[in-house]
Amino acid sequence: MKRKILIFCCLAFATPTFAEDVAPDDVVYSEYGEVEASLSGVAGDPDAGREIMVARGKGNCIACHEVTALKDEPFHGEVGPILDGAGDRWTAAELRGLVANPKNTFEGTVMPAFYRTSGFTRPGDAFTGKAATGPLSPLLTAQEVEDVVAYLQTLTE
Amino acid sequence: MKWFLKTSALAVIAASAVQADENANLVVNGEIEITTRAEAPAHIDGLSEVLSGWLFRSSETQALQMDDFENPGMIFVDEAIEAFNTVEGTESNSCASCHENPESLAGARATHPKWNDEAEEVRTMAMQINACRTEQMGAEPWGYDKADMLNMEALMASVSRGLPINVAIDGPVEATYALGEELYYTRTGQLDLSCASCHEQNYGNYIRADHLSQGQINGFPTYRLKNAKLNGVHSRFKGCIRDTRAETYDVGSDEFVALELYLAARGNGLSVEGPSVRN
Ligand code: HEC
Ligand code: HEC
Ligand code: HEC
Repeated sequence: MKRKILIFCCLAFATPTFAEDVAPDDVVYSEYGEVEASLSGVAGDPDAGREIMVARGKGNCIACHEVTALKDEPFHGEVGPILDGAGDRWTAAELRGLVANPKNTFEGTVMPAFYRTSGFTRPGDAFTGKAATGPLSPLLTAQEVEDVVAYLQTLTE
Repeated sequence: MKWFLKTSALAVIAASAVQADENANLVVNGEIEITTRAEAPAHIDGLSEVLSGWLFRSSETQALQMDDFENPGMIFVDEAIEAFNTVEGTESNSCASCHENPESLAGARATHPKWNDEAEEVRTMAMQINACRTEQMGAEPWGYDKADMLNMEALMASVSRGLPINVAIDGPVEATYALGEELYYTRTGQLDLSCASCHEQNYGNYIRADHLSQGQINGFPTYRLKNAKLNGVHSRFKGCIRDTRAETYDVGSDEFVALELYLAARGNGLSVEGPSVRN
């Protein structure tokens, strides 16, 4: 029992939101879905972004997207377009908006919003199937979004 | 034991995203012809044809369903035949007291869920079986999606194999159908996905290692290599909704009964093929 409590504490601290972060509900999107300002104020780290792209418990972006540069990771999905060249096609502001909430860029898209915590139907407590008990955490932290954006910018052809 | 060894080896293959044979035809035991692709029913706008989940599985998994000696789900059908003939409850009845043999119930699986006039409710196959147990036998109801019930549902499916699903959508079930349709298209959870996001818009595509099917339910109950047991359709709904990071509904709930009716009718024209084999 004691151990369980300990684990919960650690989990709670594992997804920090720093005072400098722009809160998910405060993110400003342009008419076309771009987000100009960094969400964390700290430059993204493309290597960390790479890990987030492939980790099932994080972005798991390759569940839906193929990325040639990530071919050493097995099983790339086909639900979304191939991301090769995404760094050429999109600006950083566009990519930040796309990852934070792609519904502003592509209306009705099946791609989830990775930095959004409100407006869901029957939100659950992660993958337990139970109702969420408190406020939701975004799927990725502000810094993790910045890291993914930094990685996407390396995808040039 | 033989099939057990075989299937655990196959489970590994199935997990590694082997290309499915989408042009294969399903004939069970060399005699029961199963319709795995059909024109979509007129009431389904989002599909032009309906496809059984069998078509999306690897050829190894497909083969397991073509021969009852290879189909691990048939072991549970045998268990249910015994239960069918076992007297239980205060009325000293077995299923066989009223329904001569399982084959006499051929066709029932193809039309459920359906309206029961006397009870004035929509009944799934599981609800009908429990109604017979409690009202006709004076026996305890079986747990929804629990082993005894799934075994009997597998038996009821097996005697209907090859018959076209033909679930009614009008008259007294209209409101249930409408609720099921609404649930099918409602995006839930923090991933904000509906059944349609995966099974209507993306069937045929891989999502990570999973080859998405249309999520048809003509094959239920399904024997899954992943958990090596029979799986009920409401438990499958639960799993899929949970995967959207949503709060699910309970097995046996009105919502899942409605979703089951809608989905069954979405597959009208496909054959009953349970107990099917899936990964
Ligand atoms: C459930 C599926 C799904 C997941 C998970 C997903 N995406 Fe997407 N993504 C899509 C789809 C579908 C589109 C195409 C937009 C549309 O038309 O709906 C898209 C579009 C995009 C685009 C623009 C496409 C281009 O190259 O022109 C980028 C960039 C992108 N996604 C990045 C990501 C990143 C980064 C992640 C993970 C943090 C991610 N996606 C996770 C489904 C997904
Ligand atoms: C004492 C009689 C009796 C017993 C025992 C009985 N049933 Fe029934 N069963 C009925 C009657 C009567 C119906 C007609 C439907 C109704 O309930 O209105 C029926 C209907 C059904 C149906 C639906 C048939 C259709 O074509 O839609 C199924 C399936 C079924 N029973 C299965 C079973 C099973 C399995 C058992 C044992 C666990 C069982 N029954 C035990 C009397 C019985
Ligand atoms: C994030 C994607 C996703 C969503 C959303 C989703 N499913 Fe699924 N579903 C899957 C995957 C993956 C499988 C296993 C492969 C397959 O058969 O498609 C599956 C399998 C199924 C099956 C088994 C099919 C068979 O042949 O055995 C059914 C039935 C099903 N889903 C129904 C639903 C329903 C109903 C909903 C909505 C309440 C839903 N799914 C939402 C991904 C999803």
